Formats: sequence, structure tokens, C-alpha cells
Amino acid sequence: MIWSIDLLILLLVVFCAVAAITVKDLLSATVIFGVYSFLMCLLWAEMGAVDVAFTEATVGAGISTVLFIAAILHTSRRSKD
Amino acid sequence: MRLLQERTANQKSSDSPIIQTSVRIMVPFIQLFGLYVIVHGHYSPGGGFQGGVILGASFVLLALAFDLKTSIRYMSESVNNILGNAGVLIFTGVAVLCSLFGGLFLDYSALDVIIPMGPIEWRSFGIFLVEVGVGLAVMSILVSLFWDLGSAGGMDEGL
Repeated sequence: MIWSIDLLILLLVVFCAVAAITVKDLLSATVIFGVYSFLMCLLWAEMGAVDVAFTEATVGAGISTVLFIAAILHTSRRSKD
Repeated sequence: MRLLQERTANQKSSDSPIIQTSVRIMVPFIQLFGLYVIVHGHYSPGGGFQGGVILGASFVLLALAFDLKTSIRYMSESVNNILGNAGVLIFTGVAVLCSLFGGLFLDYSALDVIIPMGPIEWRSFGIFLVEVGVGLAVMSILVSLFWDLGSAGGMDEGL
């Protein structure tokens, strides 16, 4: 466990989290959310929780991004009301 | 420019031969890795849930690269339902079997009565049995979740 790498990844995670909720486009938010998941996976693996990192990589960065995109494709760009 | 736009509008977005060939090569290895993760779940990182997600992701990848129809042809809807229910049945069946043979719920050492190979060995083997069930259930739920979300419940076309 190296604290400087921890701090760097944690800063990137916070940056991605802020970017994912401020960006306007839903598709970009999904992609940033995937990046967030992958950085979180790096953080878990670096802190020694390899099992949690595995779950985060498969579910967070893999499946949930695909499911989000599948849901977004059924929405329209502008809301009706 | 206009011709290009018409051509891209006519051509389906999932018709790229590069993506299709690479997915065709990748999918067996992804499934083999998923099986490895499930089977080695109690020795190394991984387990039923992660392996099931990897197995489900291989079918999602098929549906993304080709068509929803193609993935349903390789993994039909009824087989998917049967596998998911079988997974839940394996998990609860092993757990209830433990309590029927005198142990607690999910206390695998009680299964020593069926095949006598020692309670410690049975605890290791019981985790394996339960993780196979978890992996099957997670795979089928993820695949059907993607089918339903991608085609808005119609199962005919979509992503």
C-alpha cells in the first residue's frame, strides 16, 4: 500500500464522480461512470482487496455500462415537458 | 456526403467484420475464463458471482456485436430460464440438504453422511457446489436482463 498512488487514484475518483454528475449528456455520463468504476477497481486492488476489485471490474466497468447504454438508447434527447 | 449518410443509414451499425470476427474469437476464451473463475473461486480471487457475470458478459458481447437473434440462437430463452432456476435450486437444495441431515442451514459438514470424506473436505466441496449454483443464476439473470432492456421486452430486435 503506497499512499501517494492511493491519493492520486482517490483524487481521480473524486474528479470522475464530480464530472459524471455535472456533464449534460447521459451517454458521456455513462462513459465517465465506467472510468469511475475502473479507477475504483484499481483502488481496491491497490489496497489488497482483490476479490472486491474483481467484482468491481466485471460488474461496474463491464455489465452496468452496457445496461446503462441499453436503457439510454430507449430515451429521447430532449424531454417532452 | 449525402451518399455516405444514406449508406450509413442503410447499413446496420453492427455489421463491421472486424468486430464480428474478433468477438467470434474472443467469446470461447471469455467463457473458459468464466468457468475457471467459478471453479477456482475458493482458492483464488473470484467465485460464483464474478464467474457468472463473466459468463453472462460473453452472451451480452455476442448480442452487441451481432444481433439479439444471434445470441438467442446460441442461448435460447427457455434454456436460459432453466439454467437460472437450476442455479437457485442447487443453492437452496444444498443448503436444505445440510439441514435435513442434521446440520445447520448451509453447514456442509453435515453432508458427510452421504459420501464419507471428512467434514473439512466437505466444507470445501460444499462451497464449490454452492458457487456453481450462484454462477448459473447470475449468468441467466444478467443475460435476460440485457435482452429485456435492449429490446424493450420484445425479444425481437434491439442492440
